[in-house]
Amino acid sequence: MERDDIIEYSLDAHHSEEAGKAIRKKILNVTILLTLITVIEVVVGAKWGRASTSGVTWQMIKYGYIVLTLIKAAYIVLVFMHLGDERKSLKYVILVPYILFILYLIFIALMEALAVGHAWSTYGS
Amino acid sequence: MAGHATQQIDNTDLWGGKISPFSTSYGKLMMWFFLVSDALTFGGLLIAYGYTRHDAQDAWPIGEETFNSMPFLGHGFPLLYVALMTFILIVSSVTMVLAVEAGHRMDKRGVVKWMIATIIGGFFFVGSQAWEWYHFIHGSEFGKIELADGSQAIVKGHFGEIENFKVTIAGKHHKKGDVITEDLMHQYQHAVVAGDIENGVITLHDGSKATINKKADTHFEMIIKKDGKKNKVGDKLEGDKACKQYYEVINSGVANKVIYGANLKQNEYGPQQYAQFFFFITGFHGFHVFSGVVINIIICLGAVAGTYHKRGHYEMVEKTGLYWHFVDLVWVFVFTFFYLV
Repeated sequence: MERDDIIEYSLDAHHSEEAGKAIRKKILNVTILLTLITVIEVVVGAKWGRASTSGVTWQMIKYGYIVLTLIKAAYIVLVFMHLGDERKSLKYVILVPYILFILYLIFIALMEALAVGHAWSTYGS
Repeated sequence: MAGHATQQIDNTDLWGGKISPFSTSYGKLMMWFFLVSDALTFGGLLIAYGYTRHDAQDAWPIGEETFNSMPFLGHGFPLLYVALMTFILIVSSVTMVLAVEAGHRMDKRGVVKWMIATIIGGFFFVGSQAWEWYHFIHGSEFGKIELADGSQAIVKGHFGEIENFKVTIAGKHHKKGDVITEDLMHQYQHAVVAGDIENGVITLHDGSKATINKKADTHFEMIIKKDGKKNKVGDKLEGDKACKQYYEVINSGVANKVIYGANLKQNEYGPQQYAQFFFFITGFHGFHVFSGVVINIIICLGAVAGTYHKRGHYEMVEKTGLYWHFVDLVWVFVFTFFYLV
């Protein structure tokens, strides 16, 4: 039975042939970008990976990797999953609690791990 | 949706009831909430991996050293195969987004076409992961070796092919003078682990003894992964001297000096937890991919049958799409933290 007391809404549920063309172009651009980032990551990994670099250079490459990963993740979530086109309220309900919690968890877990590692390496000496 | 066209809602009415203040359907919202909780699971697993890695005392395995094989081509291709896997998953994510876009134009043929492409990409990825696991479990031809000074090293280079075993002392099955040419590598590695090789003579399963005819290794290089009395982590030993050191251990007849591949009890790549986390996280992700493929097939059949067309919208395709992109999203992080960093 169809209920008529609840109206459901979906953003952009339908679009025209014209709008479709623009969307497909955007998808193509994002595809090229994601592929390019992956290629860069692999070339850097094979040539200047952890096996062949160390110290400050490796630290910079490492954080570079994390930044590239976050860029990729952002494009997947905002464009492919259309979260960028959703209402602001939905966007924040999904993103803010998750990011806050994960940042805190990363902080406390890694701090603890470093302390435990330090304790092990100095144990008995 | 359900027959209603998209409506612009006045901001003042948003939280007044009867409508979705998020301007999205119940199903889609619940899919998002599910994905947030699933993302917390994967986040927790990856952070646990990071924890173990930060408090580990031994050298952590390096991605480009551990994963350098290609199907049919052998070794020496650092990260290439996993890059290909990543590309396949990204492309299948793109075809999924194209299916959703076709759904928005009520283009049934387009939806079915792109869904099928997505399913094929998913199968390719799962198959690739099976291959990767097989290789990871099997390990390299040299294995990880414990040297005389107590240090542990992995070996890079080209393993000279074993041509045959020539039986010198008869056992239960083999007569003296027999030349064995089958299943050589397996028997050889088994004997190495059991300490059944002494001075180039291998003791086979049936008790017979045979000499090993093997081509010379080339580009031999040992990289120290655990401190010993003499060698320190990161040291590289090259050339004939290193090769001699390696085969002294192989020919010593002492058991458990070499580890081939990885399982839940031991692994050749580094600290034991590395293998556990590898199996658990990539396994859990692979399971997600597999369920994603199954769900995609179901929804694709629905699209073929015209269920969504009759309903007036292809929101089911959109919801499955969300799940599928999420799988891709997780892989982006697994790729970085297991293979690159």
